[in-house]
Amino acid sequence: MSELAAEAEAEIRRHAGETYPDECCGALIASGESIVEAFRLPNTTVAGARRRFRIGPDDYRLAEGRARERRGQLAGFYHSHPDHPAVPSQHDLEQAWPNLTYVIVAVSQGTPGDLKSWRLREDRSGFEEI
Amino acid sequence: MAHRVLIPTPLRPYTGQQDAVEAEGKTVGELLASLTSKYGDLRRHLYSDDGKLRSFVNVYVNDDDIRYLEREATALKAGDVVSIVPSVAGGAPTATETTPELTSEEVQRYSRHLILPEVGVDGQRRLKAGRVLCVGAGGLGSPAALYLAAAGVGTIGVIDFDAVDLSNLQRQILHSTPDVGRSKLQSARERLTALNPNVKVESYETALTSKNALDIFKNYDIILDGTDNFATRYLVNDACVLLGKPNAYGSIFRFEGQASVFATKGGPCYRCLYPEPPPPGLVPSCAEGGVLGVLPGVIGTIQATETIKLMLGAEGTLVGRLLLYDAWGMRFRELKLRRDPECPVCGDKPTVRELIDYDQFCGVAPTTQAAARPADFETTVLDLKRAIDSGAGPYILDVREPNEYQICRIPGSVLIPLGQVASRVQEISAAAEGRPVVVHCKMGGRSAKATQLLRERGIGRAQNLKGGILAWIDQVDPKQPKY
Repeated sequence: MSELAAEAEAEIRRHAGETYPDECCGALIASGESIVEAFRLPNTTVAGARRRFRIGPDDYRLAEGRARERRGQLAGFYHSHPDHPAVPSQHDLEQAWPNLTYVIVAVSQGTPGDLKSWRLREDRSGFEEI
Repeated sequence: MAHRVLIPTPLRPYTGQQDAVEAEGKTVGELLASLTSKYGDLRRHLYSDDGKLRSFVNVYVNDDDIRYLEREATALKAGDVVSIVPSVAGGAPTATETTPELTSEEVQRYSRHLILPEVGVDGQRRLKAGRVLCVGAGGLGSPAALYLAAAGVGTIGVIDFDAVDLSNLQRQILHSTPDVGRSKLQSARERLTALNPNVKVESYETALTSKNALDIFKNYDIILDGTDNFATRYLVNDACVLLGKPNAYGSIFRFEGQASVFATKGGPCYRCLYPEPPPPGLVPSCAEGGVLGVLPGVIGTIQATETIKLMLGAEGTLVGRLLLYDAWGMRFRELKLRRDPECPVCGDKPTVRELIDYDQFCGVAPTTQAAARPADFETTVLDLKRAIDSGAGPYILDVREPNEYQICRIPGSVLIPLGQVASRVQEISAAAEGRPVVVHCKMGGRSAKATQLLRERGIGRAQNLKGGILAWIDQVDPKQPKY
């Protein structure tokens, strides 16, 4: 479940560009071996959307529902790093769930750039790029 | 009593891919304990090292978040369904992740900063990671660099090409009496690292030019303009706009100073305030016009304050405001500034897209005016001395101000300040009685204008004394004091 369909990738970049300078976020829905949909979710952080995102439990359930509806699986989540590289931060690590794909897209001065996929190590010691 | 527990997608690999399992317990806490003892891999993802449920793990009993019930002590009834529902959070690195940590020495050194909520550890680390370039290690650059170093700005660049002169010490507090004759950068480096050895000082012993400005500026976050002339000031401004770097601006003259912050995103630049430089020579330099020594102390310190505030992300900076300070009247005033959409550098349709020739822009290029002057327009101090000694002494006109005349003078010279020359041409012509007229000032700038004027008004034998009275003292009369 690591391959990101071109359409899903394009949607992530669009969302990230539109949300800049704030962070955007959403769910990744997979079908078979590839992620076929990037599903926008609201950023409900109260810690400042310039540097944080949060998908609350209700929206998480919405994402699971969306995956069921499409007869696929919830593969993971994406978010943007405005003016920072597409590399997980310490905060990303502390909050990470296992067995999910985390797609991070870097946005530089409003223009989406690097996009990378990550997965939490089983011992929570860090992320590995997929 | 067994309860149904719904497992979210990321945790299903630990429950044999089941989306629901059974677990026992009278309370939520007991239930989770039995769940994690049965499926051991769940534990580290649900609980942090100190045994608390992780903040992004939400546990529901039926439809209720246990945070609004009795948390892990929430009692379970027959038929209750427990769900584990993730929150997903994260985000880009914040200052504490991208900036260097403070050593214990630094914590002690900056303790008065650290207890200010507006600075704090986060802000102090930002200062430590910060890079500021001081253009000039003179009157403004001295207090600014000293306070930046004291405040813990990690890297301070200093650009200057001068040596320390005795007349600098009245205001340029980076340098001391034993430094006279040494390079300003040497004494600046010693003084700054003695004050705070944690600071990295990067020095550039060169004049700032259109060729090197972008290369030097690009390594810094903020540029602090401590220049003393218009050509360099426009150069600093334009380079800051082109690179998108804030310009902590200050300038001083006699008793008056001004400060602002230019070239921030959406904010005005120096050219929005002054689209054109003044005609060359209209505004004398500090060397010609004088400056109260403590004045740059006030303005340079304001520039350092604004620089530090920019690094801390403060809101109340001088962006869009020009602060005017009158030391003699002891008054501060403020003018509102707006970005000019027509500004040739920072406007909507900029016409200046690269650095230009600023000497030419400010009309101080030696090319046009000087080239047009006849060969006998100037004379030298040695020729003047020979003429005096031979008895065929010329009429020596000193166009400085009376207070300058009190400090030193060429014997036999007549004082008529530049501002009065135009109205006293006849008097000069009569007094010269056909002799050649040699005009001088401190360094040759004002007297060139007076010479030009006298020639235009019919005194064709007027000559400018090259290098002014300073050259006279250097080469002819070293006993007199220089200023």
